[in-house]
Amino acid sequence: MKKVQFGPSWTPYLLLAPQLIIVALFFLWPAGEALRSSFYLEDPFFGNATFVGFDNYVDSTSAADYGRSAQFTAVFTVSICVISLGIALALAVSADAVLRGKSPYKTALMWVYAIAPPVAGLIGVMMFDQHIGPLSDFARWLGWEMQVGVSYFDTAVAMITVAAWKQIPVNFIFFLSGLQGIPNSLREAAAIDCRSPARRFWTVVFPLLAPTSFFLLVINITYAFFETFGVIDVMLKGEPGNNPVTLVYKVFLDGFRGQDLGGSSAQSVILMIAVFALTIVQFRLIERRVHYS
Amino acid sequence: MTVTLDAAANAAANAAVNAPASAPANAPVIAAAAAPAASAEPTLVIDGAVKRYPNGAVAVRGVTIEVGQGELVVFVGPSGCGKSTLLRMVAGLEDITEGEIRIAGRRVNEVEPAERDIAMVFQNYALYPHMTVRQNLAYGLKNRGTDKAEIARKVAEAAAMLQIEDFLDRKPSQLSGGQRQRVAMGRCIVRDPSLFLFDEPLSNLDARLRTQMRLEIRKLQRRLKVSAIYVTHDQVEAMTLADRIVVLNGGQVEQVGAPSEVYARPASTFVAAFIGAPAMNLIPAELAGGALRIGAEAVPFAAPPAGMAPGFVTLGLRPEKARVVPQAERAGGLPFTLDAVEELGASRLLHGRAAGADVVTAADAALPIPQGPLALHADPADLHFFDAVTGTRL
Repeated sequence: MKKVQFGPSWTPYLLLAPQLIIVALFFLWPAGEALRSSFYLEDPFFGNATFVGFDNYVDSTSAADYGRSAQFTAVFTVSICVISLGIALALAVSADAVLRGKSPYKTALMWVYAIAPPVAGLIGVMMFDQHIGPLSDFARWLGWEMQVGVSYFDTAVAMITVAAWKQIPVNFIFFLSGLQGIPNSLREAAAIDCRSPARRFWTVVFPLLAPTSFFLLVINITYAFFETFGVIDVMLKGEPGNNPVTLVYKVFLDGFRGQDLGGSSAQSVILMIAVFALTIVQFRLIERRVHYS
Repeated sequence: MTVTLDAAANAAANAAVNAPASAPANAPVIAAAAAPAASAEPTLVIDGAVKRYPNGAVAVRGVTIEVGQGELVVFVGPSGCGKSTLLRMVAGLEDITEGEIRIAGRRVNEVEPAERDIAMVFQNYALYPHMTVRQNLAYGLKNRGTDKAEIARKVAEAAAMLQIEDFLDRKPSQLSGGQRQRVAMGRCIVRDPSLFLFDEPLSNLDARLRTQMRLEIRKLQRRLKVSAIYVTHDQVEAMTLADRIVVLNGGQVEQVGAPSEVYARPASTFVAAFIGAPAMNLIPAELAGGALRIGAEAVPFAAPPAGMAPGFVTLGLRPEKARVVPQAERAGGLPFTLDAVEELGASRLLHGRAAGADVVTAADAALPIPQGPLALHADPADLHFFDAVTGTRL
């Protein structure tokens, strides 16, 4: 084949420029700024900065509440992934059985996606309201006096429930389209080869969903880490007290409420490195086991 | 009498089967297909099967067919004739609205596909993409709780038979079309079923490979002596593979018979036009006063068989049975204007018009193309008469 060499042109750079500017402005610059300020002790009132080396890192991570937050973040993330992926998969499988070949329904179900995230968060707050929340009523009926905002455990449950619930529609849509992408003839071949529908699902359908699941796992971890900020903030109403907070929310609290810019920056740098490491682990270990057809 | 050769790729095999019914022994494929003993209980009985969809559409309208032990029956017909639906009803992938299907004497209407003792080759092979060839073959056996050593033995045996031993540890995506086809067959063989179902398995292959795989399927099925249903829209595949052909049209059986029989005595104009390539010429004609009138003019073309009621008929004439001769050479016949010539190598097709109808004739390519005013001749014994309205054979 003949290789075509295009002359130097500014067009590609021009077309890329908006994206590159956004990346530079909203990611690279703040990240660099965070990295720089994590090595300084900032004076919140007079704007003087003193270079303190790794002191911020040592101070932040050795604080007692840092360990607690890290622990909660791990529990929070794993719970959200398991709950929202599990429920979404179950829903998608049942929807798929009904939807095979009926696209009008499919379009109708996709509308779930259109519910705005903040609205979903607010609905969650209402559901767990101590006086009028139906979920609190339900817990009370089970003999569990829920005190969201007061009890550490109860708040954690409510946060996880709302955050997982908000993520279900996204997972559902991806799982559903993944399921619909599996050719009918494969399911039929499996039906001839295996009498148990459950076994068919775990041996044929689920492995074929692996690329979707892997993608969603990455998305959900990122979601649990960063995008749950809004939900947590709405639920805690900015007053953490004795309640559980994730590392990201702690960065916000320490930086903007505690005015400890250096410590907060150090924490966000640690988070950045953690997420980077996590991503590498995911792609190295899990993706190897994922089959892309 | 000249039996002219058919379209290039399938010429040899087709001609062998296309030999007239009077001499079936000429065809080696048919000779090998000795019919099973009539007393044996049929492997499959389809008894008045009807498929009606909830929206009222009817795909299969009361079909009754038996498949004997070791017999290969081909369902053939144009798309939408219900052949695939019927096959899927046998497999258990479609419900049976009415009627009954029995496999080895057992009613299977309510039986799960996995328990019907069948194996199926799909059009796109439907191999499990995340499993190796070995796992693909073993999957069905594993689910039935077959013992590990037994699975290994069966997989090795099937792989050897299909010459896929070298690919056992590859994934389907690393195989060519022909190799995938073999794996799909292997998946059926290891199950050791009482019935093989083939759903247009060759339609994704190129022409050369198709011819080769066709022959392999035939040999394999003979060797394993397992009954089989093979669905295709390709009449050449039907002719070459089948012990018996079932021609379907609009969800109904048009004709059931051995390939030679279906070719020699098509039961209707539909079958006549569908089986054989190029298709049989169908010419409107009229029987009046014991003579045959074609087009506007009464032509002493051929005397109709005795005892046929006067009226309008459709006259059928196979291209390879028609001869185009210069009028100067032989008197009579139907005036023929030559429009186009198609060279097929061994034979050549002469397209033209006779008595207002389009007519195709096939002639030996060794003979010169006839020149000058031409006429169409045919042996009266080679003419088929069909009812002009219903299309059924008279």
